[in-house]
Amino acid sequence: MNKLEVRGVSKRFADKQVLENISITLKEGELVCLLGVSGAGKSTLFNIISGLSLPDSGQVLLDGEDITGKTGRISYMLQKDLLLPYRTIVDNAALPLLLRGVSKQEARAQAAAHFADFGLEGTEKQWPHQLSGGMRQRAALLRTYLFSQNVALLDEPFSALDTLTKTAMHEWYLDVMERIRLSTLFITHDIDEAILLSDRIYLLTGQPGRIAGEIVIDNPRKQGKDFPLSPEFLHYKRRIMELL
Amino acid sequence: MTGKLQNIIRHNWPALVLTAGLLLVWEAVCVTGLVPAYMLPAPTDIVLALITDFPELCGHAAVTLQEAAYGLILGTALGFICAVGMDAFEWLYRALYPILVITQTIPTVAIAPLLVLWFGYEMAPKIILIVLVTFFPMAVGMLEGFRGVDHDSVALLRSMGASRQQIFRYIKCPAALPQFFSGLRIAAAYSVVGAVISEWLGGFQGLGVYMTRVRKAYAFDKMFAVILLISAISLLLMALVDMLQTKCMPYARDPEET
Repeated sequence: MNKLEVRGVSKRFADKQVLENISITLKEGELVCLLGVSGAGKSTLFNIISGLSLPDSGQVLLDGEDITGKTGRISYMLQKDLLLPYRTIVDNAALPLLLRGVSKQEARAQAAAHFADFGLEGTEKQWPHQLSGGMRQRAALLRTYLFSQNVALLDEPFSALDTLTKTAMHEWYLDVMERIRLSTLFITHDIDEAILLSDRIYLLTGQPGRIAGEIVIDNPRKQGKDFPLSPEFLHYKRRIMELL
Repeated sequence: MTGKLQNIIRHNWPALVLTAGLLLVWEAVCVTGLVPAYMLPAPTDIVLALITDFPELCGHAAVTLQEAAYGLILGTALGFICAVGMDAFEWLYRALYPILVITQTIPTVAIAPLLVLWFGYEMAPKIILIVLVTFFPMAVGMLEGFRGVDHDSVALLRSMGASRQQIFRYIKCPAALPQFFSGLRIAAAYSVVGAVISEWLGGFQGLGVYMTRVRKAYAFDKMFAVILLISAISLLLMALVDMLQTKCMPYARDPEET
């Protein structure tokens, strides 16, 4: 069964067709990447999936239920961590629980219980500005996870980080994914990142945005650290570059 | 404590030296008789007058502070309500904002006598005047804070299913705190000055009433003593606002902040 399904979504702004008949699926525990050039309407698609904007046609289904235009079901995480500067890390992470009406103490306790899993131990009472970019992204991901353990939408979450931090974050993310099995839809324009992290990749071409192809990556997580240097990796990369 | 004092001296020595120098010149001008004492009292005379009259001044100050406090609280509350309304409804913003700006161009001293005529010599006209002068900085400050929130953060909370009230509580309110406190700092100083001005024009007690009385008696040393006291009270109130701000915004006082 598909966890998340986007069915024939189209959207135009004024006289510009931004998305044309986009259909994608995300299975339970899968990490699917949406790879495309800037301006291909990736962010518009994310806004539609998260319910912030309505498509002109098409549907968004979560566990088979139509959630088109409904907020509060799927949250997302951006390149900007959007941690609120006036809340401690634990209170930032607990925010979705508070919004749902969970008491302050209970929300804090629930959030704090995941800190070790997300590699955030000891940062509970710190302010966001005291943390490094990588740590802030971890906190933002924990917030997303606490909002919904169903599906996470990540919009270029690591692209603001420097290369070394990014590599470390990739390893960390795959490790976390192993444990929490969070179904993830991931936007990026970084081909290497897409091949490295994904189970499947949708290629999105621009103006109007449409799906140009789909590539299944064969168990990337079992191939270890040498995967980016392997011939398979380069093979995937070549195919993607041909399709884009 | 001594360390703190040393710190203050180290940071503010230029101001301290200049102030001390000016006071010395002032004292010298008076002592040598260059300016007659009935025109300009010497700093030492002023301090003396302050000490002698202190018990009486305290009684008047209590009344003035009470008026200032009521006015400030009402002005802040009104400013908050206005800012929330103008933030929530664009039409209200467009309707009210020009009027708000125009009210600020009306000189306080000009309407104060009218207020006395309308509302009498009791506290009401004084509080109304203070509300009029404190309301604007509070309303505009908070409004700017509300309107200046990060739209991506608002969208994120909306995606999490937050209601308008929740967005207000979790994002807009805390985001407007810095502007709220800058507004409050100005409003606190205005409130004391506003109280004194309104007392000039009629009343039975208060620093403004006392000031009018000693002015008519040509007791300039006492006059300056009151001025000194009013300045001290204003500074104290502003320091209180700063303390409150540090308490309400612990994330801003962190030394690791860049």
